[in-house]
Amino acid sequence: MKYLIKNGRVIDPANKIDGIMDVLISDGKIAEIGKEVTGKADEIIDATNLIVAPGFVDMHTHLREPGREDEETIQSGTAAAVKGGYTSICCMPNTEPAIDNIEAIKAIKEIIKKDAACNVFIIGAITKARLGKALTDLAAMKKEGVVGISDDGSSVADKKVLEEALKEAKKENVLLIEHCEDATLSAGGVINKGFVSTKMGLRGIPAQSEYEVVRRDIELARKTVAPIHIAHVSCKESVELIRKAKRDGVAISAETAPHYFALTEECSSTYDTNTKMNPPLRTKEDVRAIKDGLKDGTIDAIATDHAPHTDAEKDVEFDFAPFGIIGLETALSLAAMELVDTKILSWSDLIGKMASNPARLLGLDKGNLKKGSPADLVMIDPAKEYVYTKSSIVSRSKNSPFIGWKLKAKVTCVFVGGNKACLS
Amino acid sequence: MKTSAEKKIIWTKKDLLGLEYLSREEIEFILYTAEGFKEVTTRQIKKVPALRGKTVVNLFYEPSTRTRTSFELAAKRLSADVINIGIESSSVRKGETLIDTGKNIEALKIDIIVVRHSASGAPNILARSVGSSVVNAGDGWHEHPTQALLDMFTLKSKLGRLEGLNVSIIGDIAHSRVARSNIWGLTKLGANVTVCAPPMLIPDGVEKMGVKVTSDIDIALKDADAINVLRMQFERDGALAFPSKLEYFKQYGVTSERLKDCKKNIVVMHPGPINRGIEMSSEVADGANSVILEQVTNGIAVRMAVLYLVSGARRDVS
Repeated sequence: MKYLIKNGRVIDPANKIDGIMDVLISDGKIAEIGKEVTGKADEIIDATNLIVAPGFVDMHTHLREPGREDEETIQSGTAAAVKGGYTSICCMPNTEPAIDNIEAIKAIKEIIKKDAACNVFIIGAITKARLGKALTDLAAMKKEGVVGISDDGSSVADKKVLEEALKEAKKENVLLIEHCEDATLSAGGVINKGFVSTKMGLRGIPAQSEYEVVRRDIELARKTVAPIHIAHVSCKESVELIRKAKRDGVAISAETAPHYFALTEECSSTYDTNTKMNPPLRTKEDVRAIKDGLKDGTIDAIATDHAPHTDAEKDVEFDFAPFGIIGLETALSLAAMELVDTKILSWSDLIGKMASNPARLLGLDKGNLKKGSPADLVMIDPAKEYVYTKSSIVSRSKNSPFIGWKLKAKVTCVFVGGNKACLS
Repeated sequence: MKTSAEKKIIWTKKDLLGLEYLSREEIEFILYTAEGFKEVTTRQIKKVPALRGKTVVNLFYEPSTRTRTSFELAAKRLSADVINIGIESSSVRKGETLIDTGKNIEALKIDIIVVRHSASGAPNILARSVGSSVVNAGDGWHEHPTQALLDMFTLKSKLGRLEGLNVSIIGDIAHSRVARSNIWGLTKLGANVTVCAPPMLIPDGVEKMGVKVTSDIDIALKDADAINVLRMQFERDGALAFPSKLEYFKQYGVTSERLKDCKKNIVVMHPGPINRGIEMSSEVADGANSVILEQVTNGIAVRMAVLYLVSGARRDVS
């Protein structure tokens, strides 16, 4: 099949492209990009007033398969990803059992081959069963294709273990992604520690439980001269520490998730368990700092931390509900509204944070519109307004605090490896 | 003399979840309504037909004798039928969820669910899942609105007003739902509230609720028109803040010695049950300034007012 996408605003930050152009897709690959591309196509798609960009790359997705297929499967999760404009996602290893050995990876790859609607890359565990004690066999996992390692859901609490892991990751050229949380400070907490937790009578998670570990990790990365990536940054102090570490030349990168710039702790005031996530929603000041960090490049990427949970799990007392919300289908709109409409980021910057930067950090040849590469691209109507409804959710779980919100900027069409999925 | 707010208002709230969610006028109206019911409780026949044909369920996920008994008596004196349900709450779901239990109770055509729960916010979650009225009888560290209302009712009947009074709440503020409800209620009605606790038991940002904060009991007692002394529970975080019960009594215990330098008619309250010799000496608990048993008596009238108002809430008016 040949597709010719006409007259779109083509944004490809990796190749410094931003202009009204045409894109020709042929045999699943990007054949040509330029002004007034001619040539025969089976289908011509009018992209006037639309943005045409590389498909998004999510560094942080929980697909729940194997183990919790009632919450999400590789099939449902990747379908949700495509709807949100993602053509590549990275699945986190905190499945049941954890992705900590090559047999587990092989098994998941089989499911991906069979069921996935987009590219799925695998993040392996840093330690066996994510217990923070014995390192996994990274060399073997890398051979099976893991693109990163993380014990996401927990920090590697033992400094010696993390130091060894950083050295291994550097040797194997695999990105180490840290979930930063000092469990001795956060234990039992369910929302940010502060006035709101006091008012609601809930146990708090102090920002300190995050940034103390960020601080420790920076020192370990400095000592080992190894790259480290900080997952879901939520507080001001973490942003400041990462900013300074970058200036000092530490090989550190960071991501945040849309809820950390779209919501504050106040949103939990009604005990809506869809506002319960870890790290928790923080204060207005923290939101400001996250936005500043995105603007000045301290925060490299926007990841979803898509964490599906069933209604049955979430429809309980706030203390008893699991942490996490789904995010694949709302990330673009939230980012466009909170960051582009407010002039914090340009569209090109945003595509960078959602596509080219995550790809670069993970060493993936994705997130760009290079000629000859597989046609993974997204078409966005930046002005399209819509109401996000529960019935529209493609993910198997519906745990989103944004249901009922009026959102703006919508994905209209996605190509995964040249296969078209038009959405509206 | 009626204040303007005590004039009849149209009650629209089907639930009582906390005093944070009520306006000054609504709180004053509950207290005003309670005065009428107080008179009923002094009659030979202590019963009115106000809730005849209505059913109240006491749904208690936490053990409680006094609050449950008080609600039960209040409902019975309004001629409602009362059912008591006790359930062990647990994060490990055995059987039914809170929402399912609520929906089942609603299916039994119950008018009012009085709920006590160890998890903060459980009544809020229940209230939005059922059409029945929900009255919070204490949730986690969050709120215990009827306790604060009866404290305010008692205080007002003792001192004639709440506006401008200096009220100190002393004890484990961090883990106290009684403290939070009292802070919301008293500050809305114009009292000057001071909270006093060991530093570890002062929750973050509590000053944003409009109170003064101190860890010095002498500051809390000086100029106080009333004190509300909380039960100290050593079995949880309190143990971290204090090496011993004796040490707590030494630093924070309310004694006649300490009351000597206070206003002569200082009103001493306690939500009960009292730990004699820990947060308060027996002498003070049983002394002339103590209104602890009056609080218990007033609790019935206040809860009658709450049950009466929520059951008659005009749902068509928002």
